[in-house]
Amino acid sequence: MMGWIPVALLAVPLLGALVLLLSPHAPRRALPAYGLIFSGLTLAVSLVLLATFDHGAPARIQAELDQPWVPGLGLRLHLGVDGISLPLIVLTALLTFLCFGYLSWGGARAGGGFMSARPRALVFTLLVLEVGMIGTFLALDLLLFFVFFEIVLIPMYFLIGVWGGAGRRAASIKFILYTLLGSVVMLLGLLLVWAQTGTLDIEALSASHGAGLPRSLQILAFVAIGIGLAVKTPMWPLHTWLPDAHTEAPTVGSVLLAGVLLKMGTYGFARIAIPVLPEGAVAVAPWLGAFAVVGIVYGALACLAQRDLKRLIAYSSVGHMGFVLLGFATLTPVGVNGALFANVAHGLITGLLFFLAGAVKERYHTSEIPELGGGMLTTMPRLGSVLTFAAIASLGLPGLAGFWGEMLALFGAFQPADGLPRGLFLAYMVIGGLGAVLTAAYFLVMLSRVTHGRPRAQTRRPIHEHPVEPLASPARAATTATLGPAAQIVPDDIRRYELLAWTPLVVLILLFGLWPGLLLSLSTPPVQTLLGAIS
Amino acid sequence: MIQQIDFFAISPPLVLALAAGLVLLLDAFLPARPRTRSGLGLVTLAGVLTSLGFVVAQALRGGAPQSTFCVPPALAGGQAQSAAMCSFVVDGFTLVFAGMVLAAGVVVVLMSMTELAGGAIPVGEWYFLLLCTLVGAVTLPASRDLIMLVVALELVSLPVFALTALKRYDGRASEAAVKLFVVSVVSTAIMLFGVSLLYGIAGSVHLSRLGEVFSGRQAPTVAGAELPAVVTVGVVLVAAGFAFKIAAVPFHSWAADVYQGAPVPVAALLSVVSKAAGFAGLILVLVTGLAGQAATWAPIVGILAALTMTAGNLLALRQRSAVRLLAWSSVAQSGYVLAPLAVAAIARGAVGASMAYLVIYAAMNLGAFAVVMLVSRTAARNELDDYRGLALRRPAAGVTLAFCLVCLAGLPPGLAGLFAKVFVFRELVGGGAGWLAVVMAVNTVIGLYYYAVWTGRLFAPVGGEASPATYRPPVTAWLAVGVALAAAVLFSIAPQLVLDMTALSAFG
Repeated sequence: MMGWIPVALLAVPLLGALVLLLSPHAPRRALPAYGLIFSGLTLAVSLVLLATFDHGAPARIQAELDQPWVPGLGLRLHLGVDGISLPLIVLTALLTFLCFGYLSWGGARAGGGFMSARPRALVFTLLVLEVGMIGTFLALDLLLFFVFFEIVLIPMYFLIGVWGGAGRRAASIKFILYTLLGSVVMLLGLLLVWAQTGTLDIEALSASHGAGLPRSLQILAFVAIGIGLAVKTPMWPLHTWLPDAHTEAPTVGSVLLAGVLLKMGTYGFARIAIPVLPEGAVAVAPWLGAFAVVGIVYGALACLAQRDLKRLIAYSSVGHMGFVLLGFATLTPVGVNGALFANVAHGLITGLLFFLAGAVKERYHTSEIPELGGGMLTTMPRLGSVLTFAAIASLGLPGLAGFWGEMLALFGAFQPADGLPRGLFLAYMVIGGLGAVLTAAYFLVMLSRVTHGRPRAQTRRPIHEHPVEPLASPARAATTATLGPAAQIVPDDIRRYELLAWTPLVVLILLFGLWPGLLLSLSTPPVQTLLGAIS
Repeated sequence: MIQQIDFFAISPPLVLALAAGLVLLLDAFLPARPRTRSGLGLVTLAGVLTSLGFVVAQALRGGAPQSTFCVPPALAGGQAQSAAMCSFVVDGFTLVFAGMVLAAGVVVVLMSMTELAGGAIPVGEWYFLLLCTLVGAVTLPASRDLIMLVVALELVSLPVFALTALKRYDGRASEAAVKLFVVSVVSTAIMLFGVSLLYGIAGSVHLSRLGEVFSGRQAPTVAGAELPAVVTVGVVLVAAGFAFKIAAVPFHSWAADVYQGAPVPVAALLSVVSKAAGFAGLILVLVTGLAGQAATWAPIVGILAALTMTAGNLLALRQRSAVRLLAWSSVAQSGYVLAPLAVAAIARGAVGASMAYLVIYAAMNLGAFAVVMLVSRTAARNELDDYRGLALRRPAAGVTLAFCLVCLAGLPPGLAGLFAKVFVFRELVGGGAGWLAVVMAVNTVIGLYYYAVWTGRLFAPVGGEASPATYRPPVTAWLAVGVALAAAVLFSIAPQLVLDMTALSAFG
């Protein structure tokens, strides 16, 4: 009866994209509103899903749809939602909507005239991206999951390659080659599972908990699938595409990349790799945990050495994703719950951080921390405060969303599942804890350099302003320069469209920080079912 | 003795041959005017479409395979033996290949009409040769004896030399024709040597009988019950001969020069029709004729497939000319088509996977060539830089090319290419050729690089002046693009169509 909802979630953005493709002479002015309407409709459908979802039984697959698509391959259009995928679907729809809001309410200003360059292609790209992202979380068929997993590659390639920064070409190529290498290896792993069991149905496969799959084959398949997911997550040492992609991507690209695309990798662990291949998971988990804690520490150390704000946030993602992977590696309900929580929290917090980094870069025309010159709390108190809030949420202050996931992941490592070496995981917990301290350190260092201190006069002055602003006309700039330092051009503080785009994220970070049970109650029952064979 | 000929069975090549003769006559007697040029094109197109209609009619008729040119019962020693020894058989395999070749032929004829509008190339000869090639390509998959196979394969190859050289006073074209001629003649000689060895051992040219002899069910004619060691030589030589046609390593080096030198429609013909004919022959010989010798040829085919895809992809990485890039990419794609044949003896669906890949490849590659053809009208050198901003100047052409390239790379939204690769991967993983699957996975990534760079260039803004598109391409050019794109989109939405077609033809 609810089967129409998953279809609508995919059909609405797809329809929007197709209509755009077939109407080459769409009026440019209407485009931002057009994108806003379609992503808004998608968000509305996802909220309907949230409302109609039976919260009493989150372990059950709901709103299920199962239609054959390519019988020759055994590929079915099998979609459905449970407590694990529901928050991610709503998060995706929300972030995409906010990105469109940021673009359209900001008009030509947002992202440095970003929307004015090729707006039709941009709206099209973002809508196709949304189809792929939501589809990945809905898919309950191994090949269908793979197809959606791949759909995001081309739009993201164009998002970075067409609207990105100076080094965009190299970054976009690196992104697509790296992630494709991961996903073809994953495809081989999925086909291996299929060749052995003869079904592609994730529901059936995870219900049988790896029955009929010999241990050696499970390990091989887990490694293959894991590599594919780990590239996307990204896990150290497969993360090197991430900093470049984030640095060069436009603001909305970074937000969606960090907020949603990385989650597709971690979601795959929870949905496919661990439930379908439990014995493989037990065998590989110590290694996964080791890479995870190395990632945590490596990410933190790399952040300490960063001078570029966007690069710093990108590396912080490597560290946060390390916590998520550590949570999965424990194979306990606590740890996996923590991982899923951290997943959503990271999407909200890092999404906000990249919005902020984009805003800073737009105002200062650089995201190099030394050149920002400090004192943002004095010059732009509101932007400075939101930045402080996001950074503190990201470093895991109790009471904000970033805390619970990482705490639970570490707690899971304290008592890992039977069959895993406890001593090793205790060591991981200690190292992870140290990493959390380092995380706090680099965020505080960043804040002290950017938001605190005395504002420096010359560097803070923008090099040039956008042509839409009256102050920025060359004649006026010349007169102000002659008037002396008293009439300096001060960049605007938070603008209204920015506030509109950011407020929901701030509210949700606070909400999940103060009331973690909201998310945990959704994910606990399905996690227990999925881990059935292990714990 | 009078042979009973089933004219319905041989109607597709017959119609093409009649059309070829008609075109030559019309060209000789009609005045040389621009209208004659397009008229001859239309006659050719009608011939190809009629032939395609007969293929569809044969497919709809269903039932048992039709066969003709059989050995008479009196000579074969019984009705059953006679039915097994036919030279021309129309079954699912034949119909899929004939249908694909003719559909590709329609696109190539449409492209030719654009190319010939320039007037530098003699029209009557062009269409005559083109139809002759198609006759060969339609006959080849129906051939079930070695002589017929060789004759049909030569019928595919010989007219192509002339087609390549028809652009007179063009150095590159002449060079390409000579290269193609030398390579092809050498490969034919090698293959004939192999064929004669096989004939000598088995004492028959019919594939069904060859299959029985080489699988040990029937004694060879030469002394002794054991098969002599020379069988291996025969198998390798025949495989090598076909490897030339499909441009597999180590016989791949002619591809780029010939594709670049030839007119674009001929390059498209080579990359789809001629390649499909080569694969049809290879599958027939290996899977029906030499199934018993799989232990010999399967590892060779596997290694050749791995080398072919790797070499093609690596060579394509540094290309600047669009046609050269497509040439190497088609070499790489040959490797993907070849790969499942390495497990054909074990996995039942392997031949079907190969054919499905080939059908999808034909659609997406022709789409790419049709757009390249369009661009070649305004940019003589046809380098990748000429495609900068194509999606802005000519949105339809740019988006089509982007879609076809993404298809070739095997990524969504080009789902056809993605599923084609999944078919192949599935057979490889299921057939236990994991190493080949890994090689192919790495190759997919290498291939993505050049496809992605080219696709990115289509959308890159043009620096400086935005040159308005002054050249108006004829409607046939757009039709060619449209037909190929429609096929690629259809296969993306409903890949099951391809699977249904190819599953019918799978060998037992």
